[in-house]
This record gives sequence, structure tokens and C-alpha cells, in this order.
Amino acid sequence: MSEIPRTVVDIADAVATKQIKAREVVDHYLAQIEARDGEINAFNIVTADHARAQADAIDAALASGEKVGALAGVPVALKDNLCTHGVPTTCSSKILEGWKPPYDATVVSTLRGLGTISVGKTNLDEFAMGSSTENSAFGPTRNPHDTSRVPGGSSGGSAAAVAAGFAPVSLGSDTGGSIRQPAALCGVVGVKPTYGLVSRYGLVAFASSLDQIGPFATTVTDAAVITHAIAGYDPMDSTSIPKDVPDFRSAVSAGVAGMRIGRVTDLPEGAEPEVTQRLDEAFIALEKAGATIVDVQLPSFSYALTAYYLIAPAEASSNLARYDGVRYGMRQQASDVNAMYGVTRAAGFGDEVKRRIIIGTYALSAGYFDAYYGKALKVRRLIAQDFDRAYSQCDVIMMPTSPMVAFPFGDKVDDPMSMYLCDIYTIPTNLAGHAAVSVPFGTGAAGLPVGVQVLAPALGEVPMFKVAGALEAAQGGK
Amino acid sequence: MPDTGSSITPADVAKVARLARLDIDDAHIDHFTEQLAKVLQHFQDVDALDLSAVEPMTQAYPLVNVLREDVVQPCLDRQEVLSAAPDTEDGRFRVPPIIGLTE
Amino acid sequence: MSESLLPEGWELVVGLEVHVELDTKTKLFSGSPNRFGDEPNTNIDPVTLGLPGALPVLNKQAVELAMRIGLALNCTVQSCTFHRKNYFYPDMPKAYQISQYDQPLNVNGYLDLPGGVRIGVERAHLEEDTGKSTHIGGATGRIHGSDFSLIDFNRAGVPLVEIVSHPDIRTSEQARQYVSELRAILVAIGASDAKMEEGSMRCDANVSVHRFGEPFGTRCEIKNVNSIRSLGRAIEYEARRQYDIIENGGTIRQETRHWDDADGRTHTLRSKEDADDYRYFLEPDLVPLAPSAEWIENVRTALPKLPAQRRVELSALTGADVEGEAVTVVVERGQDAYVAEVAQVGGDAAKTLIYVLQAFAEVGAQSSIPPADIAALTMMERDGKVTATQAKTILAEIVEKGGGDPVVIAQSHGFEAMDYSAVEAMVDAAITAQPDAWAKYCNGEEKAVGALVGAVMKASQGKADGKIVTALLQKRKG
Repeated sequence: MSEIPRTVVDIADAVATKQIKAREVVDHYLAQIEARDGEINAFNIVTADHARAQADAIDAALASGEKVGALAGVPVALKDNLCTHGVPTTCSSKILEGWKPPYDATVVSTLRGLGTISVGKTNLDEFAMGSSTENSAFGPTRNPHDTSRVPGGSSGGSAAAVAAGFAPVSLGSDTGGSIRQPAALCGVVGVKPTYGLVSRYGLVAFASSLDQIGPFATTVTDAAVITHAIAGYDPMDSTSIPKDVPDFRSAVSAGVAGMRIGRVTDLPEGAEPEVTQRLDEAFIALEKAGATIVDVQLPSFSYALTAYYLIAPAEASSNLARYDGVRYGMRQQASDVNAMYGVTRAAGFGDEVKRRIIIGTYALSAGYFDAYYGKALKVRRLIAQDFDRAYSQCDVIMMPTSPMVAFPFGDKVDDPMSMYLCDIYTIPTNLAGHAAVSVPFGTGAAGLPVGVQVLAPALGEVPMFKVAGALEAAQGGK
Repeated sequence: MPDTGSSITPADVAKVARLARLDIDDAHIDHFTEQLAKVLQHFQDVDALDLSAVEPMTQAYPLVNVLREDVVQPCLDRQEVLSAAPDTEDGRFRVPPIIGLTE
Repeated sequence: MSESLLPEGWELVVGLEVHVELDTKTKLFSGSPNRFGDEPNTNIDPVTLGLPGALPVLNKQAVELAMRIGLALNCTVQSCTFHRKNYFYPDMPKAYQISQYDQPLNVNGYLDLPGGVRIGVERAHLEEDTGKSTHIGGATGRIHGSDFSLIDFNRAGVPLVEIVSHPDIRTSEQARQYVSELRAILVAIGASDAKMEEGSMRCDANVSVHRFGEPFGTRCEIKNVNSIRSLGRAIEYEARRQYDIIENGGTIRQETRHWDDADGRTHTLRSKEDADDYRYFLEPDLVPLAPSAEWIENVRTALPKLPAQRRVELSALTGADVEGEAVTVVVERGQDAYVAEVAQVGGDAAKTLIYVLQAFAEVGAQSSIPPADIAALTMMERDGKVTATQAKTILAEIVEKGGGDPVVIAQSHGFEAMDYSAVEAMVDAAITAQPDAWAKYCNGEEKAVGALVGAVMKASQGKADGKIVTALLQKRKG
């Protein structure tokens, strides 16, 4: 009995060359889920029967010499805000509990077409709003490294699933850091691609101008392969970039000789000392690998939080208005339609979602638009301009992903502002529409994982993966 | 025009909750008001910036003229859609009376 | 008509908002069919239903037709953007409508009424239509008193152009002419079939009254006007209603009112506080639309001749009054080209116009009646070979049979025109026989001619041409 390969690349290769059956691979991962997801609660639903059937179909096709997809047999976990035809897609909210979409998200059908096998839908902060997955209506997900602590959010389920060995790769979504921050807290690789690189069709919208789908993986190469697989122009998404996608995989081992790595000298303080230490070590490692460190400034950086927490809730307040009990999802009885809206949405949404709908509606409302939403759009421009200036001096920028390692449950739920501050280093990239990746780099307090963030300009995934690959290699990585 | 961070009151929260069709009881309104006031307090930081010459940024990536040909695409299965609905009749979505709303 | 509507010194001010359904194959933002009359909820897709994860993509043909409308109304076509108009209503699947706000596609145009009055067109922009609600249980099928409502989303997402006029209309007749002319233009350019009774053209009127020299009064918006005739009635009712209030010392409340055609009055629609805060913001799921100068020019040159131009040309050809009934009706029927064809083969254009007006009501725009036949008949009448009355009979037969040689038809009826000199003799005889009537006529009593004409017709056994007889009498009178 051969060892089950644990990376996307190795699994795909082993299945394609018939060294192992797709069914064996899927059975392995389903067994891991069975053994430990009761404790971790990474999944809202495990689609075991379906996964086994898909694996069997792949094995049958291979046996009869038929062509299979390039990633045939690779198990994948999907964040439960990605529409999966016929499989409940809840966004971890009561208002969509049990709702089965009549269509697939583009990334879902793309991955299926490549032969990947979905093992289930993962838990998230309700409607992707949060940084700890404590806002899920179906209970929190626990950090596999320390189950008394959060896995981060909002894609906590997807991050934990990969960290716990429930799947070699998973998909999450990132609006203000919701892939990168949980990746850092769970010790895995997490990528937020350039805005527009990956189709948003079928991703349940939170903030339309900020949302992007991206992978979690245990290696940078796997992350690069999956990012490439889901990237590319989609005519169903008007914001999809109509350009060819270059190869990302080869960048991972290309090295960083001659590259310029930006170090931000005016970064807001507040990171835990160990986090700062790991970052310093990361810079040293890259210098050793032949890169040059360049000091850059991002003077408007700290205002990004304010801009984000006005823009994102504003767009969300509009995107979530469709949950009205008329066509799908939960409906509470009432004597008239207006009353029905009020009671349904009050019962269906959790507190954080309500808070953001209120902030967002307030920011857009008559008399407040210019002071809030209007101003935030201008701050957004300043942040983008800061990045443009910095990238004229360097190829990528490096900074922490999260200011802290995974924190205990309950630490921040009563203080929304302290929760929002978790995203201080990730938000600016979303506002600018750029790319960024979190790479695990050592540990911090209590031996918990620390992530280092590599930021790149729009469509800068190649230099980004080069540096990420070098960081991984520097740790004796894969 | 108010500066960012002007105090938000329970009346503001109640009004906005109505606009957003969220039934929130008084206790929660007070609680949210307190939390949101803190958040808006933090947002006062941007009042220090001179934004008079700054253009709003409305697009992450500059695209223009994204258009689709006028060609019919397959529709959803009506049965599948209606079976996911809270209440239907005669192939249509059924809702309680629409009173108190303007079009 | 409306001169007696308001007393001396008072003025009616009307602006019209017309919504037009465009004649595209698919919806504005998705590919399900744009078709009237199908089974409910069959022309649906994730975008139409506002499903989670759905995204809009703009229909190129809708843009083309919207530009045609703008150019036909002498607008400037400009780069434009889309906004979300946020409000809750069960037939609004997303709880926001994608429309155009401060940068619409077409601006600053005008429409010239047949009388020459120019009505300014402020804008003509694109937006999506809502679904359709049917109210069950109430007495009149209206909202008030209904037990529940049923929603069909087939119409949701259908492309609309909203045409907003400046408040330049001053009479109910002008309002009716505006809508009539607009309809003729829309049909001529192929943008819409513009049928008010089917809802593919909907008209709302903004009505106010004021004393000359004073600022415009508070206006009320009138909805539920389902025909051009109702439009006139509704405007007149509303003008009088407002005048009465002001004259009695009251003030007009700015509100939306519902026209009830059955009882001939407008009624307040119950308004909800906060209903008007639409929180417009730029639609983040769409990108700007900037039609190229080339595209705009192509649309402009491809525009067919508009009704106004066709009326001018028909008037020039026939000598008839450009604002007269004959020209208006014949162009409206699309039969002006036929008149030109008849003139082309030697027919008398003025007479042809009258023939077509009087006899071609049931004939379509493309007549298969050989123009040569009509041309020949006009010449026969002009040369006095048949009387006007006889020509009418021949014409009716030609129309009924779809053609025919007028000479042959005349012979078959035994028609021959009276000899001109014989008619002259009869005229002189009648003058001699009725000196009193003749004296009265010569003194200016026009009615006295009737007795003289009657005598000639009797003497000729109806074969004399009444017009010629009258003309001779006039000549004799001097």
C-alpha cells in the first residue's frame, strides 16, 4: 500500500500515472475528516458519497484509457460561499440554511472540469464578515494547532481543513484578508489573487469591488498551481480581466536573485514582537538568496482600515438586501411583505452582519454619503497611489500578514474595533486590487504559526510567487 | 456636512435599520449604537487628510466597455427554482399583501 | 381645450417620464429571453432572480437601441456609468435596480411637436425592468385589500430606456402629441413596439400649475396612465385639482398619485417615510460604457428617416399642410413612400394624398396596388374625365381588388364626365332661374350657393362635378 501523497502536484501525478487510485486518495482524506472534524468543525457539509462516486468515475476513466483532467483525483474543500449546484450553500448563515443553488460558480465548474473532487463545503464567518470564524451561525471552527484558539477568518474552515490534513487544497475568499489572515494563523499558504484575475461569478457577494477567490495549500507550488487553474477571463463576470494568464508554477523555484524587496518603514505598529522578529528573519533569508531590500513608505497605509470599513459594509448592505424571504432562503411569517422583510432579516442574520449592514446603510444614506462613502473612495485612491510610488522602487513588498498569532475564542467578540484591527496589514491590498500571499514562516507566541505576507502590484503574481517560493525554500521547504 | 465620526445616536441606528428592513429591538439598538459609535470614532482619523484634490477610486482594475452579444442562453429549470422558494402558487412566488410600500 | 382648463393668468406645466421596453432578444444584463406572454418564471437565470453570486453583463444590442433613441431625439451620446438604486419591493429581485444616475448615456436632446413646439429631452438612460406582481383577493385586483400577491420574474431584467422631458409641455394636447410622436419615432427606428396597452411603453406625468411670472408650483407625479387619451384626461383632472386647492388657500403636497381611469380622478398612493432614500452608488459589478465616436456615428447614419422629416417631405411633394391631418395620418400609417411612388409615375401628388388618406385606412404600409393605377385615376379626375364622386367609386374598387385599370372600371360603371361647356351652360341657366339666390350669394351669403349648385346637379342628373360647379359660380361672382 503506497503512501498517500499529500500535495496537489504529487496526487495529480500519482493518480495520472496510476500509482494510486483516486478512490484511495479520497478515502484517506475522508477518513481524516471523520476522525477529527467533530473537534475542528471545518466543514458545514461533507459530501462523502459524491466524492467517492467522482473518484470511482475517474479511476474507471483512467482504467479504460480515457482522458482525465490535469488535476484528476485531487480532493478540494470549498468555502461555503461558493455556489455548488444541488449542494447546500449557506454562507454559514441561518438565512440561507439548506439553500441549494441551481447553478455552479465558475471556479467550481472549472475545478471539476480539471478532475478535482470536492469533499465538502467549509465553515466561514457569516457572509464572509469576520476575522475569526466566530460569526458562523453553525458554530466556530477551531485552529488545528490549538483548538482553544480561532483559526482566523472569514475563511477559517478552509484554512483549518488544509492545516488539519482534511484536503490538500481548499478555496476561500478574501475581501479584507479573509484568506491570508487565516492562512497565517493556521500555518498554511494562502493567496489573494489580483482583483479580476479569478471570476467572481457564483461567489456570494460581500463587497463586490474587493472580493476575490483564492487557494489555501501546504506548499507554495500547490498554491501557484491552483491559482493558475482558477484564473482567467470569464464572460459571466464584467470585472474579469481579459488577459492571458502566465505560468505561475515555474516562478516558485525561479529564485529571487536581483529582485528588490520593499520594507515599509512607516508601517503602523502593534504587531506582536515574535511576528516582527519572524519578518526580520524573512528579510534576511531573502537577502541571503540574492535579493536587495529597499526601504519604502506607504504614508496613507493606516487609513486603509477606515476606508475599508466604510466601503465594504456599504457594498455589503446593498448585496445583502436580496435576502428578503421572497425567492429563496428563510422566510418568517408576517401579515404583510414589509413586516416579513423585517422579521426575516432580523431572525436570519447574526449580529456582525447586522452591524455591517447598519454601518453600510448609514455610510450611503442621504446627507452622509460624501462624509463617509465618498471620502472612503478618495482614501482608497491615496492608498493605491502610495503603492504605485512604492512599486516604482521595488518588485514586491513584505510585511506581516497578521499582527498577532491565533487568539483564544471570545477574546475579541465583544469589541468589534479590536476584531477589525486584525486586518490592518491585509486590507490595503484589497483596496488597491493587488495580489498578495501569506507564507508560513516560523512560530510566535505559544508556538503558534506566523505568516509573512508578500504583496505585489496588480497582475504581479509571478514576482510574488518567486519570493514566496524563496521564503519557503529558505526554511528547508518543499 | 458632518465630519466622519460625528456621534451616531440610537435614533440614527433605528432609522437606518428601518431603511435596511432589519427589525431590531431597543436593547439591541442601544448596544449597536454604542459599538458603532466606537467604530465611527476610529474613522475620524481620515478627517486629518486633505482630500480636496483626490479623485475617488471606483474601480480596482481599469476596464471599460464590457459587453455581451444579444444571444439567448439556457434558462434555469423552473421547477428547481420554485422548489427552493418559501411559498409559491401557479408557478409564481407568493408573498403576503404588499401594503405600506411605494413602488 | 386647455384654454378653458385654467383661468386667465394661470399656466399648466407638464414634464413626462416615458419608460420604453427595448426590442432585444435577451435581457439587459443576462441571456434569458426578453419575451412577452410566456409561462410565468420560465425566462429566468441567476441574474434575473437575484440569486446569490449572480453578476450582470451588459447587452450590446440594448446599448445600440438606446443610442438610436438618444440620437433620434437629438441627444448627445456620452460616456456613462451605472448606479444601484436601492429599495425593497417584492418584484425587485436584488432589492436594487441597476440604472443610470449622474452620467446617463444620452443627454440634452429635444423632440419637435407637429405644431413646431420644441420639447426639451433632459436624458434618455438605460435601466432594468422589474418583475410583475399580481394582487389576489382584493375587489379591483389592486394592492389595497389584497390577500396576497404573486410574482412573475419573466419581465425582471428586460432592458428599459427612460426618457425624461424637460417641463416644457403646457397643454394636455401637447402632452398627447409628445407621446404620440415619441411612439412613432420609437417604432420607426425599431427600438421598441411601444404599445402602451401592453406595457412596452409607460408614461408618468409630472404636473404642476402656477401663475404666469411666478416660479413653477409644486408638482405631483401621476402614475398608472395606460393610454394616450388617459394621459390627456389625467393631466386635465390634476391641473384642475391643484388649481382648486391653491385657490382655496391650500398648498400642494409633493407626492405620487395614481390615476384611476374608471372614476376619472387621481388618488394619493400611500407613501412610506424613508421610501425615497435610494442610496445611489456606482455599480461595482459593471464597468464604464464609453461608446466610440465611430459606433455613435454608425448608429446615427443608419437611422431611418424620422416621422418629422417624412412629414416635411410629403408636404413638399403634395403641397399639403405639414401639420394637416392628411400628412400626419398618411405618415403615421407609413404610406408616404407609396404616395411618392405614385407621383414618380406621373400621378398628381396632391390628389394621391387625398386618395390614400380616404381609401387606404385598411391598407398596410407596403401596398401592392400598382402605383400606375392610382396615377392614372388622378389624371382622369384632374382632366375632368370623371367627377370627384365617380373617382371615389373607382378608387374604392381598385383598393378592394388590389388594383385595376381606372379607364376600364369607369367604363364598366358607365361613368363619363360631363362636357365642361355643358356645365357652364347649366350654371348660367341656374343663375338666371334663381336671381334671389344669386343676389344673396353675390352679397356675401355663402350659403346661398347651395341652391344654385343643387339646381345644376339636378339638371345634370348628378353627372356634373360639384366642385367644378362651385368653382364656376365663384368665377361668375367675381
